[in-house]
Amino acid sequence: MDAIFVFEQLLNGLGYGLMLFLIAAGLTLVFGIMDTMNLAHGSLYMAGAYVAARVHEASASFALAVAVAVAVTVAVAAVLEVLVVRRLYRRDHLVQVLATFGIILIADDAVKAIWGVAPLLASTPAALAGPVQLFAGLPYPSYRLLLIGAGLAVALGLYLLVNNTRIGMLVRAGASNRQMAEFMGVRVGAVFAFVFALGAGLAALAGALMAPISAVQIGMGEAILIPALVVIVIGGIGSVRGAFVAALLVGLVDTAGRAFLPPALRAVLPPSVAADLGPALAGIAMYLLMAAVLTLKPAGLFPARG
Amino acid sequence: MHERFPGLARRLPWLVLALLAAFPLLAPAFGLEYYVGFVRRVLIVAIAATSLNFILGYGGMAALGHAGFIGVGAYTVVALVEAGFSSAWLAWGGAAVVAGLAAAAIGAVSLRTRGVYFIMITLAFAQMLYYLAVSLRTWGGDDGYGIYTPLEMGAWLDGAHPQVFYWVVLAIAALVFALFSRVAHSRYGHALRGIRDNETRMVALGYPVYRLKLAGFVAAGAVAGLAGGLLASHNAFVSPGMMHWTQSALLLVMVMLGGLGRRWGAPLGVALWLTLEEALKMHTDYWHWPLGVLLLLVVFHAPQGVAALFERRAGKEAAR
Repeated sequence: MDAIFVFEQLLNGLGYGLMLFLIAAGLTLVFGIMDTMNLAHGSLYMAGAYVAARVHEASASFALAVAVAVAVTVAVAAVLEVLVVRRLYRRDHLVQVLATFGIILIADDAVKAIWGVAPLLASTPAALAGPVQLFAGLPYPSYRLLLIGAGLAVALGLYLLVNNTRIGMLVRAGASNRQMAEFMGVRVGAVFAFVFALGAGLAALAGALMAPISAVQIGMGEAILIPALVVIVIGGIGSVRGAFVAALLVGLVDTAGRAFLPPALRAVLPPSVAADLGPALAGIAMYLLMAAVLTLKPAGLFPARG
Repeated sequence: MHERFPGLARRLPWLVLALLAAFPLLAPAFGLEYYVGFVRRVLIVAIAATSLNFILGYGGMAALGHAGFIGVGAYTVVALVEAGFSSAWLAWGGAAVVAGLAAAAIGAVSLRTRGVYFIMITLAFAQMLYYLAVSLRTWGGDDGYGIYTPLEMGAWLDGAHPQVFYWVVLAIAALVFALFSRVAHSRYGHALRGIRDNETRMVALGYPVYRLKLAGFVAAGAVAGLAGGLLASHNAFVSPGMMHWTQSALLLVMVMLGGLGRRWGAPLGVALWLTLEEALKMHTDYWHWPLGVLLLLVVFHAPQGVAALFERRAGKEAAR
């Protein structure tokens, strides 16, 4: 295990973490502002991945594919917000779980009806198919560099939006104390509709970008949802900054766990035990991280509400 | 119903029980043999759902990891079979005990948090168990583990009738249902409901809130483990998929569909959901979305669950 391998894994973890952040940012804002648990957020990620994969295949333009995926998903989310999610504010968390689980069921069948049951093979854009020589001895897939770049750019944009604009101020006000914000005349409903659409766009972007390096299939939304929830819980629900730090932490811990734990265990344990235990520990590493953080800070790293 | 037909309300459970008990004998006459297995599965899932209804509906503990305990129970059966044991009672008892222990450990940590954090931490623990099962190749890992020799239930139970396992499951389900119904209306059950409604008040009144909640959580975990053990025998197959988080969510959905904290909520929800699933599967490949629409309808038009619809109607009639 040399330094180059470690560095490569760090980059992989960074890329995964940034994609997690794109998904978690919308989830945490929706939860922070409207106190609404949206299990169907992963379905928006799935929608982004499917639309992007199909448009890319049809048009051969990756940029167009990403743009269409985001636009379509935002439109779907807007309809969803008006029809269902808007009526869930102020309802019980469990009711929200029930309703958004219903949306997951409908979304999975809709995808099945439109694109079939077989997983799609999303291709990497031709221009980014090759590796880039980062430095001697480390060729790194250029597509993964794009992921990191895009993730960082969006994170920066979101940071500026939330901290330096008027709408960001309203969002922060809603997230830190919804009632007070309402008393002060903020139309929280409108802010929320905006945030929900923004979150959907970010989730779709993550789905479109992840499509070429992960399996595009029914159920991918449910698979990504849990790491995203872990991220927002570690970060402190409602905090974008917390989601950013936690996403990077989870991305690194998860990637490092898969890359380094199995070989490390093989070095110290009997082979049969290590073969069983290595992947298990790697799989649960992020949950252990979450349990540890919640033990030390029960409301997450950056509690949005005091 | 309770006010108007006090006799019926008292007799209904026995009537249902008698019908269920007679079902395997009547089924062949109507060509319904296949459904004996189906009803057996409904009964097993109802056992798990009843335990979840107990902690969620009466205790207010929104655990989103209940399938984890079902899985622990199922894998306990696998471990015992792999080790060469063949007694069904030992396997199922072991399943309940091991799952109860797991629930004690997980509950001790999780019950320190509340609200959404409790939902998330129970989910996290269940996912840990899921990944543990995925990576344990000795017990099949990702592919699951087939139980090829049926477990023995004892001398006079085994060869008597092919449907003996059905009656055993029915007896256990009835026992679990009666037990939880009783406990829910005992002093302990009232304390639990008090905690659900106002935890601070119960602390102030001097109730050992944490211990009461933990006791409920462990009991529910053990019963879910028992259901998992029965499910392992029912399917003759165990796989990590049975403790994936979506299974926990489904269980939650079934309980809420039936009616949270209502006596008949859990079995009603399970029977309704699984029957619809079975019926839809027969007619179409797209059987998820009608269930999704059903959930939305329940949320917006019957938030108290299906069981409450009956109660409300009965209440109105009685008031007339």
